[in-house]
Amino acid sequence: MKPDLTVNFAGVCFKNPVTVASGTFGFGKEYSSFYDLSELGGICVKGLTEKGRDGNPPPRIAETPMGILNSVGFQNPGVDLFMETELPFLKRFDTRIIANISGNTVEEYRRMAEKLSDAVDILEVNISCPNIKSGGIAFGTSPESAAAVTHAVKQVSKIPVMVKLTPNVTDIASIAKACEDAGADALSLINTILGMKINIETGRPVLRNNTGGLSGPAVFPIAVRMVWQVCSAVKIPVMGMGGITTGEDAIEMFFAGASLISVGTANFGDPKAPLKIKKGIDDYLIRKNKPSLDCIRGRLETY
Amino acid sequence: MPFHLCCSITETENIAQDQFSIVFDSVKLADFVKAGQFLHIACGDALTLRRPISICDTDKSLVKVVFTVKGAGTRWLSLRKPGDMLDILGPLGNGFDMKGENLLLIGGGAGVPPLLLAARQAAALPQFESVTALLGFSDIGKAILLGDFAAACTSVEIATDDGSLGRHGFVTDLLKYRLNTKRFDQILACGPYNMLRIVSEIADEYDIPCQVSMEERMGCGIGACLTCSCKTKSAGKEKYSRVCADGPVFSSREVVWNEA
Repeated sequence: MKPDLTVNFAGVCFKNPVTVASGTFGFGKEYSSFYDLSELGGICVKGLTEKGRDGNPPPRIAETPMGILNSVGFQNPGVDLFMETELPFLKRFDTRIIANISGNTVEEYRRMAEKLSDAVDILEVNISCPNIKSGGIAFGTSPESAAAVTHAVKQVSKIPVMVKLTPNVTDIASIAKACEDAGADALSLINTILGMKINIETGRPVLRNNTGGLSGPAVFPIAVRMVWQVCSAVKIPVMGMGGITTGEDAIEMFFAGASLISVGTANFGDPKAPLKIKKGIDDYLIRKNKPSLDCIRGRLETY
Repeated sequence: MPFHLCCSITETENIAQDQFSIVFDSVKLADFVKAGQFLHIACGDALTLRRPISICDTDKSLVKVVFTVKGAGTRWLSLRKPGDMLDILGPLGNGFDMKGENLLLIGGGAGVPPLLLAARQAAALPQFESVTALLGFSDIGKAILLGDFAAACTSVEIATDDGSLGRHGFVTDLLKYRLNTKRFDQILACGPYNMLRIVSEIADEYDIPCQVSMEERMGCGIGACLTCSCKTKSAGKEKYSRVCADGPVFSSREVVWNEA
């Protein structure tokens, strides 16, 4: 029997639980030359800001053991140009579009949410980017400011609001709870972990931004732990991400409580990684004789 | 449109000190590749990122890459043997735009290999009258592909930093001398950043169109992740272009060069 991979996520039906993570997939065009994007459950588009941004000076990427650091810094065309020039292409595919938005002020988040809420399926409110000086992570590190952004976006949004959390905090569950209490429909985690790499020949950081966000398999156990902590603290659904590279990784995330998963850095190693992960999930459910993801989601038996 | 291929290695060689060549079989790549394009090669399970390697040459269904061992990825690549498979994305990037009748190629160190394919592809075009190559190396022990360039070009001149082969000095010194003696329609350059910046200045001075192949730390290799940025300008506006997808070849006048 073919397992049922569909997921109802905050009222939005996903045909499978595999999405691609914001910032690793552009606006889909590049990867569409490798496979049909309709194979994906959803696409989290490159992080958007109200006005376009140039991003940080290079180098913006460094490889680390089983991972990478990046400091792209929100290079994007801005929300208006995205809707005009990028969104029509994405709409051609039978997949859910998740718009990732970042602001410097609560008002900016609200204005972006107003513009996008008729155009996409879910808003991913990014309060966790470590690569820009103001905004982003500044909102994600305290329960009060996380709640304030969530509340503002919820007031204007006609579509589900998913808040993307940072792992660069002491107690992620308290921030998750604050977002839930402020009306968030879902959560996504983890964003990257702030890191640094030094060139010992020059005595300077490899990244021009000095620090960057760590992602890839190196962060996966941290992501699983945080998804588990958050899912234990809230009732709203969670999109789990952070170093997922195989179907087995995805299954771990489901056990930890995630309803959807997102593939990021693994796209760089293998453009078809999301499809292989989807097949790995399918194979696991067949092998374990489980008819659907409901049979494993959150079914972790802890000690 | 790039392919995702698994290719069988037919030949490997340690051509000089820390420089290696790998030849593999791929009709698809050999047919489609344009000089200046690159391949994004997976270098074992332990590394998260692929490594961008320029294409040095093609021969029927065979493709040759020549690379310098710089770190864990290129070291892994250097240990491959004939019969091993390579996981390759490519061809990627825009490649050189071949124009004019008299072409000047200038390369430094690890930037030399892609110019060989440029020389061969140029020589095969009917309008070309001459292809001149100026090649710079740090010393004679690092000089590579000299016979291949001699066979593919009208003339080849060498410079080494220590004078152990050819002219003592930088390859950019050869460039000025050459431009004083002959009119060229186009310069194609590949090499270290500072070399490219100086080539760009000299090309401006002599008012010759110049294409430079830029290098930057790279992620996806196909234009999605926006990590391999190069600041460029057009119509007075500056922006970050993607080395992997908008480049790696840019007009030297388009590039916003960092101060020396």
